[in-house]
Formats: sequence, structure tokens, C-alpha cells
Amino acid sequence: MFELTNVRKDYGGKPILGPLNVCLRRGETTVLLGPSGCGKSTLLRLCLGLILPDGGKLAVAGSQPADLHAWMELRRRIGTVVQDGGLFPHMSARRNVGLLAEHLDWDEVRIDRRVRDLADLVRLPPEALSRFPDQLSGGQKQRVALMRALMLEPEALLLDEPLGALDPIVRSELQTDLRRIIRELKTTVVLVSHDLGEAVYFADRILLLKDGAILQDGTAADLFERPADPFVAKFVQAQRPPYASVGSA
Amino acid sequence: MNRVVICLALIACGCSANPDRPVVVGSKKFTESVVLGEMGAALVRSVGADVRRDDLGGTPACWLALTQGDLDVYPEYTGTIARQILKADPVDLNAALAVHCIKCTKSLGFRNNYAIGMRKDVAAEKGIRTISDLLKHPNLKCGFIHEFLDRPDGWPGLKQRYGLSQTNVVGMNHTLAYRALVDKAIDVMELYTTDGEIAQFDLAVLEDDRGFFPAYEAVWLYRADLEERRPDAVAALKSLEGKMTEAEMQRLNNRVQTEKANESAVAAEFLQAKLGLNATATTDTLTRRLLETTWEHLLLVVPSLFAAIAISIPLGILAARRPRLGQGVFLVTGVLQTVPSLALLLFMIPVMKWLTGSGTGTAPAAAALFLYSLLPIVRNTAAGLTGIAPSLQESATALGLSRWAVLTKIDLPLAAPTILAGIRTAAIINVGSATLGGFIGAGGYGRPILRGLDKFDTALMLEGAIPAAVMALTVEFAFTLVERRYRRQV
Repeated sequence: MFELTNVRKDYGGKPILGPLNVCLRRGETTVLLGPSGCGKSTLLRLCLGLILPDGGKLAVAGSQPADLHAWMELRRRIGTVVQDGGLFPHMSARRNVGLLAEHLDWDEVRIDRRVRDLADLVRLPPEALSRFPDQLSGGQKQRVALMRALMLEPEALLLDEPLGALDPIVRSELQTDLRRIIRELKTTVVLVSHDLGEAVYFADRILLLKDGAILQDGTAADLFERPADPFVAKFVQAQRPPYASVGSA
Repeated sequence: MNRVVICLALIACGCSANPDRPVVVGSKKFTESVVLGEMGAALVRSVGADVRRDDLGGTPACWLALTQGDLDVYPEYTGTIARQILKADPVDLNAALAVHCIKCTKSLGFRNNYAIGMRKDVAAEKGIRTISDLLKHPNLKCGFIHEFLDRPDGWPGLKQRYGLSQTNVVGMNHTLAYRALVDKAIDVMELYTTDGEIAQFDLAVLEDDRGFFPAYEAVWLYRADLEERRPDAVAALKSLEGKMTEAEMQRLNNRVQTEKANESAVAAEFLQAKLGLNATATTDTLTRRLLETTWEHLLLVVPSLFAAIAISIPLGILAARRPRLGQGVFLVTGVLQTVPSLALLLFMIPVMKWLTGSGTGTAPAAAALFLYSLLPIVRNTAAGLTGIAPSLQESATALGLSRWAVLTKIDLPLAAPTILAGIRTAAIINVGSATLGGFIGAGGYGRPILRGLDKFDTALMLEGAIPAAVMALTVEFAFTLVERRYRRQV
């Protein structure tokens, strides 16, 4: 789905990402894992054409988008949830979800049916649809953002720390729902996370990044059993399970 | 394109004019000029010609409008023509004026000379009788109108001729200067010898012992082409030649200044008595006058505001998207904001003459208001757009919306409250600034305010000031409603 060949991104003359050679395959859930500033969000932005690479080649769904228009067309085939949900504060939840469909001239009935189906899928109470973002709870906002990403039945879902700022119980509920939805839809997913537990829970494949480079590319088991680098081992150990500290106290 | 060609043609042959248009009789913004203007209008009307009256600010505006063809005739004084307009002392005024396609009539019979005046008791106490006597009292406070302070035949020339050293000189409105003189806030002011106030306040007129001030014979200054267009109108105007004495003019001024009589009525009375002309005064009821000034004021405020909105919002978007270009946009609109409003109005006369063919009245005033409205709207549009969280814009782009859709569905609605606040500021500034339109014959609430100031007629001033305040409050209230409604919608 996303094929990167020698892709590089610089900032202020200094390389911050790459050169990367990686292919994110269809139907796979890939988690981009790593500490803050490792370049995982930058990689996600490159995949959407929100920023352009300073070198190398990037193919999405088999083609290299040549201009802004080509990127725009591609983005409509990819569902995205940005870090804080990115809901438009001046529109109701329903309008947020249906905005792109409305822009593409879907008729009202079709939009309505699709929105209701999606609300069912993400378990959003129907009455929440008429509310504005500032009237929704944190979890509801993320559910609405997910609905918006799924509206046009995208070929791929790009999720940038979608569950970042939620309290643990809501977060756990949403994780369960999100994994169920991903399994049901069998879609390609790229998920950015800094949480190893979350990565293990979702990933078919984990790319562990540090300082703009991929340190390890493999399954969760690979990460634990065959760390490719001392940093990987340290990163894995740092995220100890809760009971570990209870035991050592 | 056609319009440009026509405008260029008009400029190229400044002497030609359309024979069907009404005869425009101008005047400056002081009582005597307005009374004479009303007389001129009545005289021209008496031969069956269409007449329009146009009150302009001072000499420069009147002269510019006359040479451009926005005015056909206005009352002027020979001293002003020689010293201020032609900046020379020609032997034959008409020969010198012919270069500009302008003519002047013989004297209407009276002079309105400049003079220097003081309170009699103050002058006596300090032993001042002549202008030369002022040399011994360098600390006297002087109050002159701004035009007098600038004119070569005014303060600068007088100071040089007599070697005067007074530094305590302030510029002020002529009518207010009389009040200040009477209240001893100032000691010396310039007078016009036909001013009704000289007799009213029993003032001392200092002798011009070095003969500095020229004679200011009242004449009609008119476009040469008027003689071809309406020879009968020119003849009617000339019928006033030699008919008025200084005492008569003083009395007419007094009728307006102290008795608060209507200028048009005073003019009609005089023509009736002197020439047997049955002129009807154009007196309106308060309601009619209010309706008229309100309509004129709206004509100034509304189109200029809408034009400013149409231009400023795209400029604001440009400024937000291209910050470097934006700096330039802010600079230009900011500089426009600092141009003094009267200067901008005067500057707009030739510009609008070129653009629309009409150099006085609504067009230049509305154009100036348009320029003043740009900055608040451009700034607020740019501020509103740059204030949107980058994550929202990224989210809109990531969704696959086109740039136009991002702008119209996300950016502008989110920036709308800020943009609306800018429009509100511009609208209120506009309502206030539009009163200055009175200086170039644009009418509106400025007309009664300026006339009221000149006549020291508080009721007349309030006739413009109160409705202007009411209009500003109405705008404020209307925007509050719109903003509240908008907030409820989103």
C-alpha cells in the first residue's frame, strides 16, 4: 500500500528521517513505535502527502502522486485520525463525519444511512451525533473521529496516536473496539504509538524507530526475543508491566 | 475601457463640458460664501436653468472643483484669487485666469478684507492701534483659522511684512475664535471686514499701517464655458455686480450668524428687495432634512463598506497565506489609515474625477471611506485565519478536501467571528468619518455639523451629531445581534 524507497526528510538542512526503505503491505496492521521525536508522525505525514520528501521515491497504492490534485484524490481513499481527533469545532458530530461525502455530492439519505451504520460500528450513542465537539467526552470525540475516517470505506486507515490523551478505562474500551473494527473491516492500518502494550495488542508488524531510522522491523515476538539493538532491548524493558513494580517494592 | 478613454478625453480638453447638465453653484463653508452661493443659485434658477448647489471646504477644493468642471461658479474674492490661487499679483485678473479657462465678474460692490482684530478694552489697555503696535507685545495669544495660517496673504506674509514675533499662535475655527476672543482665551484674531461679529462684539480693527492686505472684492468666479452653455445664467449672475455694499453684506451675515436665519431665505429676501427677483427660499422641514441627510449618509457608508469587505477579505486571506506579501498589504493599508482624513478627501477629488467623471460629492468621500475601512477588515481576516489551530487545517487537508473547500467550509467559518469584529469596527469608523464628507459636498450628517459649527448654531450641529451617534449605535446593536445569532448557529 505504501512503498518507500530511500525516502528522506530534512528539517533546517539536517536530516530528521531516513533514508528509509520500507513497504507497508495491504491488509496488515503496522504499528510505528518509538519515543517522542523519533519521526513516526513525520513518516505518517509523508504517507499522506501533507509534507513532501526531500529525497527518494514514495508510491501509494501502486502510483506516485504527481501533484496536489493526485494527493487529494488519494487522501479520499485513506482514512485518517490525527493526534487530538481534529474535529471541526463549528460543526456537529454528524456534519464532521459526513463533510467529505457532502462535498462529494452524496445525497442526504445515503449520508444519513452511512452515518448511522458507523455510529453502530463504533458504538457511539445516536443522540451524540447532533452534539458539537466541545459537548462530547474525550472517548466520544475519538469515536467520531474514527467514524469520519471510515466514512468513505477507505482502503487504508492511518491513526496518529488516536488514543493518546484518554484515561486508562476509556482507553482500554476504545482499544478493544478499535481492534474489533480493524478485524471486521480487514483493512490496511498504520498506527502510530509510543506505548509498547498498545503496539503488541494491535500489530501484525512493528517498526521501531529512533532518531529517524528504523531500528527493528518485525513482529512483537521478534522485539522481545531478538532485539536488534541495545536501544530496542532498553525500550522493551522500560515499559514494564504494572505488577513488576509491586513485586520489587 | 470606454470609460477610461472618455475620462482621458475629458482631461485632455478640460475646457469642454456637457451642455445639458445642471449649472453647479458652489460656495465655501462659511456664512457669507453660503449666502452668496444661495443668491447665485436663485439668480441662475430665475432664468430657467437647472441648478445644483455644492458646498465645498476651502479655497483649494473650490478651485480644483471649478477647474475640473465639477463646479461652474462660486463666489470668490480678488485678493484670494491673486495671492492664493494664482500666487501672483497680475494687473489683469481675467487675463491671468484665461489660461485656466476661468473668468471672473466685476465686483459685486463690497469688499471683504482681511483685518486683525482685538477686544477694544484689551487693545486700549496695551496701547495697540495698528498692526505695527503688535511688535511691542510678542506674548499675545493669536487664534487664526488654518487656511489663514497657510496662505501667503495670511499669517506667514503678515509676519514677514511687519517682522512680528508672536509664537503663541493656534489654528482654530473662525466662529470659535470669536468666542475665544470674547472670553479672553486669545488676544488677537483675523477678521473679515464683513463679519457680523465685529459690530456685535464691538471689536477693535487694527490699522494695516504698512498696507499688507490686498483688496478682497467679492466677485463671481466661473468657468468660461458657462458663457457658451448658459449665457443667460452668466448675465443673471452679473446682474448682482455693484449691487451690494459692505454694510448690507454685514447685515445679511448677521441675520444668519446671530439671528440663526436660513441662508437661502436671507438670500431670497435680499434679491427680492434689491432686484425685485421673486426667488423662493428652499427651506425644508426638520423631518425632510433628516431624511435627506440620513439617505446621503447611508450612500456614503454602505457602498464603501461593502466594497471594502469585498476587497479586504481576499487581501486578508492572501496576507494569512503569504506572510511576506501580507507585510506589504498591512503596510499599505496601515499607511492609508494614517493619512489625515481631510487630506485624503482632497486627494480623492482628482482621482475620482479621473475614475468616475465626478470629482466632488459622494464618489470621492465614499472612496476615502473605502480606503479607511480596509485595514480593520484585512487585519482581522488575517488574524482570524492564522489563529486557527494548525492541527485543524491538517485534519481538513488529510480528509481530502480541496483547498477551496478547506477555505470556505473550515477556515472562513472558524475565522468568521474575528472577521465580523473587523467589519464592525470598520462600519463604526465609517459612520463617524463620513461626517467629514461635508467638506467636499458629499452631504450626510457632516453638512449640518459643519454649518452649525460655522454659525455657532448648536441646534444645527446636533441635527447632524445626534443622528450620527444613533446610526453608530444602531450599527453596533445590529452587529451584536448578528454575532449572537452566528454563535448560536455554530
